[in-house]
Amino acid sequence: MSGRDLELVSVTKRFGDFTAVDDLSLTMPSGSFFALLGPSGCGKTTMLRIIAGLESPSAGRVFIGGEDITATRAHQRPVNTVFQSYALFPHLDVIENVAFGLRRRREKHVVERAMAALDLVELRHLAGRKPAQLSGGQQQRVALARALVNNPAVLLLDEPLGALDLKLRRQMQVELKRIQDEVGLTFVHVTHDQEEAMTMADTVAVMNAGRIEQMGAPQELYDLPRTPFVANFLGRSNLLAGTVTDEHGGLLGVDVAGTRVQVPADRAVARSGAVLVGVRPEKVILLGADDPAPPGATALGPGTVADVSFAGVSTEYLVDVPGAGRMSVFAQNLTGVSATPGGTVRLAWSPQHAFALVDDGAPDDGTGEAVEAAELSEAAAP
Amino acid sequence: MTAALVVGHGTEVAGARRRSRTAWLLLAPGLLYLFVFFVAPVAVLLLTSLFERVPGGPVGATRPAFAVSNYVDAVVTYAPQFGRSFLYAFIATVLALAIGYPLAYVIGVRCRTRPLLQGVLLVLVIAPFFTSFILRTIAWKQILADDSVVVSVLKTVSLLPDDARLTATPVAVVAGLTYNFLPFMTLPVYASLERLDLRLVEAGGDLYATPISTFRHVTLPLTMPGIVSGSLLTFIPAAGDYVNSALLGNAGTSMVGNVIDSRFFRVVDYPTAAALSVILMAAVLLLVAWYVRRSGTEDLL
Amino acid sequence: MKRLSFGRYLLPVYAALAFLYLLTPIAYTFAFSFNDAGRSNLVWRGFTFTNWQNPCGAPAVCESVVNSLQIGVLATVISTVLGTMIAIALVRYRFRLRAGANLLLFLPMATPEVVLGAALLAQFLNLRVNPGFATIVIAHVMFCISFVVVTVKARVASLDPRLEEAAADLYASPRAAFWRVTFPLLLPGIAAAALLAFSLSFDDFIITNFNSGNTDTFPKFVYVSATRGIPAQANVMGSAMFLIALIIVVTGQVLAARRRRAAAT
Repeated sequence: MSGRDLELVSVTKRFGDFTAVDDLSLTMPSGSFFALLGPSGCGKTTMLRIIAGLESPSAGRVFIGGEDITATRAHQRPVNTVFQSYALFPHLDVIENVAFGLRRRREKHVVERAMAALDLVELRHLAGRKPAQLSGGQQQRVALARALVNNPAVLLLDEPLGALDLKLRRQMQVELKRIQDEVGLTFVHVTHDQEEAMTMADTVAVMNAGRIEQMGAPQELYDLPRTPFVANFLGRSNLLAGTVTDEHGGLLGVDVAGTRVQVPADRAVARSGAVLVGVRPEKVILLGADDPAPPGATALGPGTVADVSFAGVSTEYLVDVPGAGRMSVFAQNLTGVSATPGGTVRLAWSPQHAFALVDDGAPDDGTGEAVEAAELSEAAAP
Repeated sequence: MTAALVVGHGTEVAGARRRSRTAWLLLAPGLLYLFVFFVAPVAVLLLTSLFERVPGGPVGATRPAFAVSNYVDAVVTYAPQFGRSFLYAFIATVLALAIGYPLAYVIGVRCRTRPLLQGVLLVLVIAPFFTSFILRTIAWKQILADDSVVVSVLKTVSLLPDDARLTATPVAVVAGLTYNFLPFMTLPVYASLERLDLRLVEAGGDLYATPISTFRHVTLPLTMPGIVSGSLLTFIPAAGDYVNSALLGNAGTSMVGNVIDSRFFRVVDYPTAAALSVILMAAVLLLVAWYVRRSGTEDLL
Repeated sequence: MKRLSFGRYLLPVYAALAFLYLLTPIAYTFAFSFNDAGRSNLVWRGFTFTNWQNPCGAPAVCESVVNSLQIGVLATVISTVLGTMIAIALVRYRFRLRAGANLLLFLPMATPEVVLGAALLAQFLNLRVNPGFATIVIAHVMFCISFVVVTVKARVASLDPRLEEAAADLYASPRAAFWRVTFPLLLPGIAAAALLAFSLSFDDFIITNFNSGNTDTFPKFVYVSATRGIPAQANVMGSAMFLIALIIVVTGQVLAARRRRAAAT
């Protein structure tokens, strides 16, 4: 049995004066692996709780497989959740934790099915243990089995890997993806880890301040972010403030601190006025102060190297370019080109890697004050 | 869109209403019980305290009145008993803390690595309840009686003058109060010591605090809630007690409880007994409110 | 070094002395339960097992103990149910008049027993209710509720609300979620509260004395007979109750320790 599609229509949730979810509509197709990505306090967990029925929306509707379930309560919904803290029942052993949902629905062959679910997460041998006797990773898998065994139309995952160490997390990401392929359910995965969202999901929705900023396939979002928030929350971006001066043959000319920078018109959100020109750090190459730029490339500089940090596969350079601000460059450690702090360099990139956004003047780094304020009020709200 | 708004809002309100209804269903029976068997009786007590006795009427007969003089008479006549009640209760509370805190510390902190021993010691603190405190108080009375082994030994080694006695003295009453309410002090203090994170104490030592100043600045403040509830649970019943005074004391150690008891059952003077009760309750509540506010642990319940 | 030994030895010695203080009267009571006393158990007259062999030799003792046990059980059950409900509501729900409810629960604990007893008796006299068995139970439930609430509340507060949400998420109706998840997890707290309520009820004298009429509880029987001599059977009962409580709880502790050790391996 496969999952059913999930549809949210104009869902809003307010806690007092604070709007956690703001008029949000979206459709998650049946059988998809959907990631809700955003900083803490952006409303993604509230969203998940509304889908699970643990929270009632202040306005809007929730549909599963075309059926309006807004007014039904959590235990009546064909939805199961893997909680962030796992919320395993401490007084029940592993098998009874997994069997809990089946027993409540008075299903048949409860123990056999629970055992099969434990097989899926490779924990059959621990069926008789109490949750407190398991490691974090094992608890996480029990929580997953406990939800999966019910064959829900939609499976919700609330930062389920957040408490695991990095290595285990990578392993569980692969595992989760395998299980989703195997059971074919609709997975909705909430996370603040952009890498996790991109590796696992078919579709990523980036949430900020109760709204969805942008939604799409991971590559698409990464390649062409549509807002400054997305540009910096999903990976990092150099954003240069400039003004559109002209448009020729599908290329926009933008004046950035006196330098003409080109952006393909079809990669620009706005084609006139003040814009932010964006380019990913790994798309930028370093040139010596007197080196010529490759033909057709956009060049910027000269600037001063402020910092160099070696990270194994690449080296990150921070370059202060007068008028444009501090630029970040990821250089693969292939060539002999190296710069030292204090040195003078120029930067270059191919115009088709650039994109242009509307300059909304908001904090754009995904960890700004606006986000933290929202987080605080969400914590205080319920 | 408007319909969606209405539906969504409807479920949110329905959820809130459902929750508040559940809350009241849970609260109502217990709170109603307390209304009928605590609030109403106290109100009746308040009324009774203003009634007057019917002169020449049958024993215990009263009639409604607004006799504020009951209060004046009660205070004037029984000021020494009030004074004794609060003084004895205060000394007993301090003594119970002095005995109970180290005891709780040994059980809750020192025995932490040995849960079985901890459990057994804890039971030994609680189990005396089952012997009946009356029986134990009488046991003390006999252990410390004038012709008892303890007294004669003390007299032989001249620790006690020949004409002195241990029972029928204020000391015996205070010792009895201390003894009887010691578990009420020990248990709450134990509860807060048991939760004490020993790493904080270690951190105190790590930051150059001597054991004594670590205790003063770390352990003591963290166990303050236990001390506050322990001293309340000791002081309040001790201030109203009359059993210890009746069994271990004499006429000179009589406390308010003794007066209320005898006004009710021997003299059958309900208005005075009620007035004394109201004064005792008000005085205790004022002291409790002051103490709770001062110690900064307002969330006792 | 000196300070270390101060803490290491002085504290346990101090605690041992405190236990001596706490348990001396019980030892005395136990010893005198073997006294061949006759009517008054004041002076040691010789060792005998008679009192233990025939604890109901003084019928009033047995009667009063049975009363105390019955009252204790009834008061415990009623106050534990009412108090647990209140504790859950106070921790889990937001409602108006919360401060009022808290005050109403705090006041009975902050009121001296003699006042509670006098007030209730005044009320019963007012309503022309004859004090007796029922009024004792009513009084005991009243002062036990607050203690139950305090004890259970701590347990409810330490309970992760996510567990109930997880139960609801796994198709448990509110009723099923309560009985399958919340209740089993609260059980240790509820048991502790019930034990406390039973101890308070069983050992209560002052409120009982006000509201008992002609019914005798064990403490009241002892108090009343103190003037004319307490039968040695009362010592038997007091000692037996102490020993039974001790054995029950220690057995529980040993079993728990054994379970812990089994879980650790």
